[in-house]
Amino acid sequence: MKLAVVVQRYGLDINGGAELHARYVAERLAAKADVEVLTTCARDYVTWRNELPEGESRLNGVRVRRFRVRRERDPERFGRLSLGVFERPHSVAQELAWLASEGPLSPGLVGHVRRNGAAYDYLLFFSYRYYHAYHGVRAVPSRAVIVPTAERDPAIGVSIFGPVFRAARAIMYNSFEERALIQAASGNAGVPNVVVGVGSEVPERTDPARFRRKHGLFSPFVVYVGRIDENKGCQELFGFFERYARAVPGDLSLVLMGNSILPIPDHPRIRHLGFVSDEDKFDGIAAADALVMPSYYESLSMVALEAWALGKPVLANGRCDVLQGQCLRSNAGLFYENEDEFIETLALLQRNRRLAEAMGRNGREYYRRHYDWPVIVRKYLDMFDRLRREDASGGPRPGIEPLPGWLARLRKDRPAAARVVEALPSGPVRRQERHR
Amino acid sequence: MPPEFAIRSDAVDVDEIMKQIRARIREKRGVDYTEEEIRQLAGVKLEKFLDPTRVRSDLVQQYRRAHDPAAVPTLEPPPENYAFEDYHVYGSARGIGGRLIAAIRKMLNPVLKLFINPNPIIHVLHRQSAINTHNERQFERIERTRTDLAALNYEVIHNLVVEMTRLAVEVKNLRMRVESLSGRLDFSDRRARALEAVVQYKPGTGPAAEEAAAAPAREPAHQGARRGGPASAPGEPVKGEAQRSRRKRRRRGRNGPGAAAPQREADGDAGEPDQAGTGGPRADATAGRGPDGGGEGGSLPFDGDAPPGRGPEAPPGGIEPAGQ
Repeated sequence: MKLAVVVQRYGLDINGGAELHARYVAERLAAKADVEVLTTCARDYVTWRNELPEGESRLNGVRVRRFRVRRERDPERFGRLSLGVFERPHSVAQELAWLASEGPLSPGLVGHVRRNGAAYDYLLFFSYRYYHAYHGVRAVPSRAVIVPTAERDPAIGVSIFGPVFRAARAIMYNSFEERALIQAASGNAGVPNVVVGVGSEVPERTDPARFRRKHGLFSPFVVYVGRIDENKGCQELFGFFERYARAVPGDLSLVLMGNSILPIPDHPRIRHLGFVSDEDKFDGIAAADALVMPSYYESLSMVALEAWALGKPVLANGRCDVLQGQCLRSNAGLFYENEDEFIETLALLQRNRRLAEAMGRNGREYYRRHYDWPVIVRKYLDMFDRLRREDASGGPRPGIEPLPGWLARLRKDRPAAARVVEALPSGPVRRQERHR
Repeated sequence: MPPEFAIRSDAVDVDEIMKQIRARIREKRGVDYTEEEIRQLAGVKLEKFLDPTRVRSDLVQQYRRAHDPAAVPTLEPPPENYAFEDYHVYGSARGIGGRLIAAIRKMLNPVLKLFINPNPIIHVLHRQSAINTHNERQFERIERTRTDLAALNYEVIHNLVVEMTRLAVEVKNLRMRVESLSGRLDFSDRRARALEAVVQYKPGTGPAAEEAAAAPAREPAHQGARRGGPASAPGEPVKGEAQRSRRKRRRRGRNGPGAAAPQREADGDAGEPDQAGTGGPRADATAGRGPDGGGEGGSLPFDGDAPPGRGPEAPPGGIEPAGQ
């Protein structure tokens, strides 16, 4: 079986969620199939500047083919077009212009997919919202398997993505909430799909004592891992934790790992360690009482899965449907939606050791059953088998819906994407349904 | 009182835990109003605030009208302005005949000018028309500003009342919390007093030792009897008030009922001797359930790690460390 993984960026030093996800999947599937990665020469997701050499190379045993980005992103133009598409009624032409300005604008990559699509059994397109995925799926819909990595943001309400989700050969969702969101937005419930997620490279053994000695952390602490950014809910986390420290006596600290683009409060119980190695990260999670995940928007929190893999409970932001749903389904984490709930849940995790340990055990089991690599790889292979059986038995599949004509594209008949998303149902999926 | 929070480690149900946590928060905060409920309350208060018996009689109507754009009061419309032009002095409204008459008048204009000069009159009337137009625009602008201000005032007052309502709810909740804390403080005081009654002092310290040192000077008559007692024995621990009370009871038993009263007087103890001696541990155990019978020791209710025996009623007559 020959597979292509089509992703916007690819490399060992590229740690964006979807890109890392794509690399893990490509490397794991490479043991079972002939995998080729089709990507761009970009390393920076803001500019899409060509920084890596064009052409073929190998990375961790996987063949990688890179294509140049024709034009870097103009942030000002992209912001203006985003505003027009997200907040105001607009036309299909505006949506296409918005997509091109978002990038990575690589006609070479899309052309390769169009010309050579038949050479692959299936092509896995990561991140539905980018230029390469939209035009790639339109080029080879009958072989396109989308890994959407969608969040509840206005992009999911942009109308041009509907036909793409409806025409794809299959969709590999990260979570039940993501599936509910996309199905509500595009009406693609008939497309073969499975909730897969992604595993992680969790080490077999960790050394919490080494971490404590190295950083002088000898009191209990909860840990946050990731970019320290307002968009990730960190500003709110600081305020809540300061209030917690005032309200609840004790010596529980908040330890932050990751680069910060926010000022860290000068508080004796908040420690910022900066960017740390993977070894430190896993040892730190293992040493912590719990992991805090304050983000509002996640399609799947890999760090939460890593904490569960290490047997640690998670305290998540309940306003993120995905995180709340995962906490409910795994019984391995609590969640908060306001300051009072943050204080109560954190105090509970700190004081009730039996509960925290039980949740940690639940988390480990949840990870093992749903996110361990053999499980993930099996789900991908099962989906490919199913598609091949269907292809062998069924007739020709209908193609993708064509774009409106030149004049119709200019008609401003598309609602603001943000309003579309607001109207979509929300909330966690409490029960784990059977995979289709 | 909501059910006590309990976790079975083998069957964690996060949904249920979150429900219990939210119930706890509601209980702590008192009445938990949603934003919508606060607005409804504020609406009621706004009516009260704009009570015609308290404020200007037409304020309610004024503000309601201001809040409803369709019912915004406007000035009575002025009569239509007359745009005066110089040819109007010769004009007539009789169709073709009128035009003929206007032409004749215009032809006779030089003759008219022998008697009066119509030009200044025409000029003044033209200016007056322009002034009327200007005034009309001014009035419209002022009216618009007044309407906007009225709407703004309504909004400001409305928001103030909403905030006032929110603060009133907060004050009510805080008052409930203060009452609850006050109850707990009373309970802690009572418990502390009960614990002091059974406290054991180090040898040679405490009020009993001081009293024993002062006793020879005050009570020479009883010196011989006390010398043999354990409280005054050198090198031995001096017991607390409970032991003193027990000794007093024993002495009363030996001396008989008639001797008890003078003995108490002699000891300078006019209180209730049984209270400390027999009531110490029991009072502790009773008080240990807390003012609401919950047995909560800390500020947060979830103490899952505390062993069942811990808490105020655990040590039967023992001495709890401070803060328990």
